[in-house]
Amino acid sequence: MSLSRRRFLQTSGAAASGLVLGFYVPPRGPGRYVHAAEPFAPNAFVRIATDDVITIIVNQSEMGQGVYTSLPMLIAEELDADWKSIQVEPAPLAPEYAHFLFRLQLTGGSSSITSSWQPFRTAGATARALLVEAAAQEWGVDKDTLTTDAGYVVNVDKRASYGELAAKAATLPVPENVPLKDPKDFKLIGTNVKRIEGPSKVNGEAEFSMDVKLDGMLTAVVAHPPVCGGSVKKFDASKAEAVPGVVKVKPIGSGIAVIAKDFWTARIARDELEIEWDDGANANLSTEALRTEYRALADTEGMVAEDEGDADTALGEASKTLEAVYEVPFLAHAPMEPLNAVAHVREDGCDIWAGTQGQSIDQMVASHITGLKPEQIKIHTTLLGGGFGRRANVTSDFVADAVQVANGEGVPVKTIWTREDDIQCGYFRPMFVHKLKAGVDADGMPSAWHQRLVGQSIMEGTPFADMTIKDGVDAASVEGATDMPYAIPNRRIEVHNANKTLTVLWWRSVGHTHTGFVNESFLDEVAHAGGKDPYELRRELLKDQPRHLHVLELAAEKAGWGTPLPEGRARGIAMRKSFETFVAEVAEVSVEGGKVRVHKVVAAIDCGIAINPWNVVAQVESAIVFGLTAALHGELTLDKGRVQQSNFHDYPMLRMDEMPEIEVHVVESDEPPTGVGEPGVPPIAPAVANALFTLTGKRVRRLPIRL
Amino acid sequence: MIAIKVNGTRHEVDVAPSTPLLWVLRDTLGMTGTKYGCGISECGACTVHIDGVATRTCVTPVSTVEDSEITTIEGLSKDGLHPVQAAWLEEDVVQCGYCQSGQIMAAADLLSHTPDPSDDDINAAMSGNICRCGTYGRIRCAIKRAAASMRGEVSQ
Repeated sequence: MSLSRRRFLQTSGAAASGLVLGFYVPPRGPGRYVHAAEPFAPNAFVRIATDDVITIIVNQSEMGQGVYTSLPMLIAEELDADWKSIQVEPAPLAPEYAHFLFRLQLTGGSSSITSSWQPFRTAGATARALLVEAAAQEWGVDKDTLTTDAGYVVNVDKRASYGELAAKAATLPVPENVPLKDPKDFKLIGTNVKRIEGPSKVNGEAEFSMDVKLDGMLTAVVAHPPVCGGSVKKFDASKAEAVPGVVKVKPIGSGIAVIAKDFWTARIARDELEIEWDDGANANLSTEALRTEYRALADTEGMVAEDEGDADTALGEASKTLEAVYEVPFLAHAPMEPLNAVAHVREDGCDIWAGTQGQSIDQMVASHITGLKPEQIKIHTTLLGGGFGRRANVTSDFVADAVQVANGEGVPVKTIWTREDDIQCGYFRPMFVHKLKAGVDADGMPSAWHQRLVGQSIMEGTPFADMTIKDGVDAASVEGATDMPYAIPNRRIEVHNANKTLTVLWWRSVGHTHTGFVNESFLDEVAHAGGKDPYELRRELLKDQPRHLHVLELAAEKAGWGTPLPEGRARGIAMRKSFETFVAEVAEVSVEGGKVRVHKVVAAIDCGIAINPWNVVAQVESAIVFGLTAALHGELTLDKGRVQQSNFHDYPMLRMDEMPEIEVHVVESDEPPTGVGEPGVPPIAPAVANALFTLTGKRVRRLPIRL
Repeated sequence: MIAIKVNGTRHEVDVAPSTPLLWVLRDTLGMTGTKYGCGISECGACTVHIDGVATRTCVTPVSTVEDSEITTIEGLSKDGLHPVQAAWLEEDVVQCGYCQSGQIMAAADLLSHTPDPSDDDINAAMSGNICRCGTYGRIRCAIKRAAASMRGEVSQ
């Protein structure tokens, strides 16, 4: 990847307009965004001002996972910058800010650190080399005699700050192949660094797209079809239009939009719309009927996703076999900030302010809607009030709503989804049914594993199908059921792509959300069937998988696996590698008043080099709460095509009074760093379910857990 | 016209009396630190202090608070370093941050009348506030840290 200065200059106008419009993230409170001149911009990711302020341009969206801190740490490390001089600016939409692997501007797949590890450090090292060269020329010395320290180039008796050297450095040719530090010389990477935008998030200043204010801006809400996939047959807007403050009612692709002077006016007026809906193909859809359909499909042969050894023969020869059906429901992502975006469509261009994970898709969608060229669409990325995958999808639904609403209005319009829209209008984590059979040999070891999955493919029929679908098998459906790390010689994994009924999407940890629960629970069944301790069986099956084994043993040791617990409590264990990161979790549970109580979770994570260990711990804590919320509470059901839940009263979230104590152990490693946003999610549901089996003798085979 | 007093400043606002205070703060007065999360008093993102008491503004008609002192996250402290805010930074509580104004306002109310809160006190005061990033553990630590600071036991 070439990070040439010429390409940077082509886009610096876009970055500058971001500043002018005020969508700048003040890293340490107000006052910092008063800039001195920034003569030195050796690549698209670093600018150095004469007052020593170093601006790092980050091309990944900050949704709570900490990229506005951890990515700048990569550059600051190689640059030998003073961390206090660093501030962050969200990247504009431009080719050089594409995700280094996906080639689109996109945040997801726990891939920010993995993909940026090399290019971000190179950006920092290159900038440092130029500053050193500038000092060498100024002082007339050999550059090899110079060192750098916390924002200064240092000679025996001289120091010059990066700001002082910036103008000179900007005149020098950008070197190629600048060497990177040996990890043993890291000063910043591997230390606990507090979140750079933290102060703005405790005083109300942090700006989410929900908070964007523009001159003349109007606000809209959209009446979406009550049945997923439905459409408007006819509507009467007269009562809504009569509400004082309503500016316009207009049909858009997804429903009827009410544009008003403010949110509350639009929201009230939406209730006054009289709409006759065409419920479409899902008019009679129910999750109960889908369950029946999926279970029937699970009895028939599916597409082969993995076939190792001969599972059928091995099942026939096993001394013991077991069989089970597991089920997981549709889920909403429900980020705390309801979906919204601001769009300003003009004849010569379109500006979009959005907390988005998918800027490139947003751009394509907006171009298609407005007829403007892609390069006429500007995306201003704000902070995201949670994402979990919801804010990147192939239709950019919430951005598309905003652009359609604003198209032709001439003024900026903020389109806000209510929480009810967010819960009921898709996208959803797909429902899945898994049917499993296993064979256990005379020694109690698993000899065969047969698994058949039924659920909607996320990628099927989308422009991104080629990324994950091969011979009809969507890797996003079966990941984690395939590539099991356990030494089970005969394995056959099949999948049925269920009929497309709802819009389904990746949801924090994607396929692992269900394969983690199912495979780690069924392995627990296998252990008990073979008379083995579930932890000891895993150890035995992982003896050739050192990184798996290490996190498993670390979590078990720290949790005191096998040591006595108070009466009425039990432990369960589960582990998973996802997004190249290894996580094991031990949950300690009881049943109190007919409810599951999770007292403590001990986790171990191996994510290679932990860039910011404190954030690694925070992400595992976060993932455990996210997964536990789904395990204990999460379920969307449909009847007559209508999602029956609508808000947090009937789609509940884990709250403070249910919060377990969480202990996270981060493995020290020299391996390249891998993602930490998602991998903590998959093990928690099976860890809890496995503990409940030990406690009650009853196997949980369906989420959410019902005793 | 309805007159309300927010962070010590009086404002006259031309809105329907039934308009929730949340939207008067956000859309009419442009004070966006107070967040919309659910609209039905289930998540606590919209929490402010009304006469010192943590209150959900998404279900509070503006006409009912005309005679009240309203304090929002923007007015909790002059420098953004109320002991609760300072403790939040020390514990590096926030992730996406969207719910945290409401969490901080709820915590500040708790500590105003319970200087040494037990875990049960924290559960009772904070369970109305949802954090989808799951920062509850750090919130609990930060509340205890802020409480100690307000009692003068540690310096922030």
